[in-house]
Amino acid sequence: MAALIEIERLTKRFGGFTAVDDVSFTVDRGEVLGFLGPNGAGKSTTMRMLAGFMPPTAGTARICGADVVEDPVAAKRNLGFLPEGAPTYPEMTVAGFLGFTARIRGFRGTEASDRVAHAMRLTQLEGVRLQPIETLSKGFKRRVGLAQALLHDPPVLVLDEPTDGLDPNQKHEVRELIRRMAPEKAIVISTHILEEVDAVCTRAIIIARGRVVVDAAPSVLEGEGKSLEEVFRELTLGTAQRKAA
Amino acid sequence: MSPALTIARRELAGYFATPVAYVFIVIFLVLAGALTFTLGNFFARGQADLIPFFTFVPWLFLFLVPALTMRLWAEERRLGTIELLLTLPLAQWQAVLGKFLAAWAFCGIALALTFPLWITVNLLGDPDNGVILAGYVGCLLVAGAFLAIGAAVSALTKNQVIAFVLAVAICFVFTVAGTPVVTEFLSDRMPVLAEMARAISVSDRFGGFTRGVVSARDIVFFGSFMAFFLFVNAVILDHRKAD
Repeated sequence: MAALIEIERLTKRFGGFTAVDDVSFTVDRGEVLGFLGPNGAGKSTTMRMLAGFMPPTAGTARICGADVVEDPVAAKRNLGFLPEGAPTYPEMTVAGFLGFTARIRGFRGTEASDRVAHAMRLTQLEGVRLQPIETLSKGFKRRVGLAQALLHDPPVLVLDEPTDGLDPNQKHEVRELIRRMAPEKAIVISTHILEEVDAVCTRAIIIARGRVVVDAAPSVLEGEGKSLEEVFRELTLGTAQRKAA
Repeated sequence: MSPALTIARRELAGYFATPVAYVFIVIFLVLAGALTFTLGNFFARGQADLIPFFTFVPWLFLFLVPALTMRLWAEERRLGTIELLLTLPLAQWQAVLGKFLAAWAFCGIALALTFPLWITVNLLGDPDNGVILAGYVGCLLVAGAFLAIGAAVSALTKNQVIAFVLAVAICFVFTVAGTPVVTEFLSDRMPVLAEMARAISVSDRFGGFTRGVVSARDIVFFGSFMAFFLFVNAVILDHRKAD
């Protein structure tokens, strides 16, 4: 069977600037891919193309076999996406917002309310269900975005910095959640927290200046007696310095 | 269709969750009432109809509708929710249509709240309520036309002030195109353009409705006018999603 996420030679240019340059990878069920790279390396742009928000300049992305450009609605149905910064509608309540996404995804009546309740339970939002989102702290807002992505139990999860802004306890909870879901799903998370890769990822891709520079298991990356941080610095800074020199 | 209605419902609730709705409705009602009774000479005319009111509605909408639409897409961009909305499993036209329907329904609510005028004129005399109904239908169609313009312009720019000014300017062109000042000026010099100006004029078509004439041609005009600008909206959105 084909992988749940297939990215082939994906490229995005903005004018003369190439943000994502010929990126290819696949993610199978049961894999948690850590997407690493310095700021501006093209992580979010790649994820936006995968989520069908931005059309690629060249190349293709498929989710569960559905091309995100040719058949966007089918691809999006199988996708849970947490955009960068976890945007939500500030004036809505938590329950109202999740109810809205549930209805858009075609759930009605008791099924919709069960889905919303389940998503709130997974992300521990029950205590604030009737609060307007704008009154919540950053960590809660992030979890509302996460709840929205998990609501329909999608086979593919794409999470852009899911633990950004969370306190250590909440980070632990989110990582536990990802680990629990991992066996049935294909998950991509972007992060610049390297310890997160050790904690949850089965595989890591390091991207620098739009190109994939490493694609390996975290244990392999560290295999040569170096820490992940050293490898990261070497690969991402190294290319920049080589270019400067 | 269903996702469009879900979006429309959310948007409409959103209007009433912020002061936008109340400010809009209060200003609209105050201005409509004031203009009808002062400049419109509602009492002095001594006629039981709502012509004085209907005359001013397009001019009020000219400024109020762009104020409503300027944030339509600009706000989604500012909050980043456009990324969320357009990665949900729905076609882009459904998002465009949903937002438009919510704004249109909202204008309908504002128009419906002018009912005291209708009661007044029925208490004072014996008006032709069919003509009045036609006038209201005309108002709603003008609102829809302006909303479609405003929504498309809002997708064009992140800056709400630019969106407002541009939308007012475009709506103004379609409003004055049919007025005698413009058509007489054009027919003296370029008769072809005068014909065109009359054909695209929103106010010219609206005039028919206030006299109680509801023609299929005018309905088709407004329908295709809205469809055209909603299509433009979807195209613009497709090209400038991220910035």
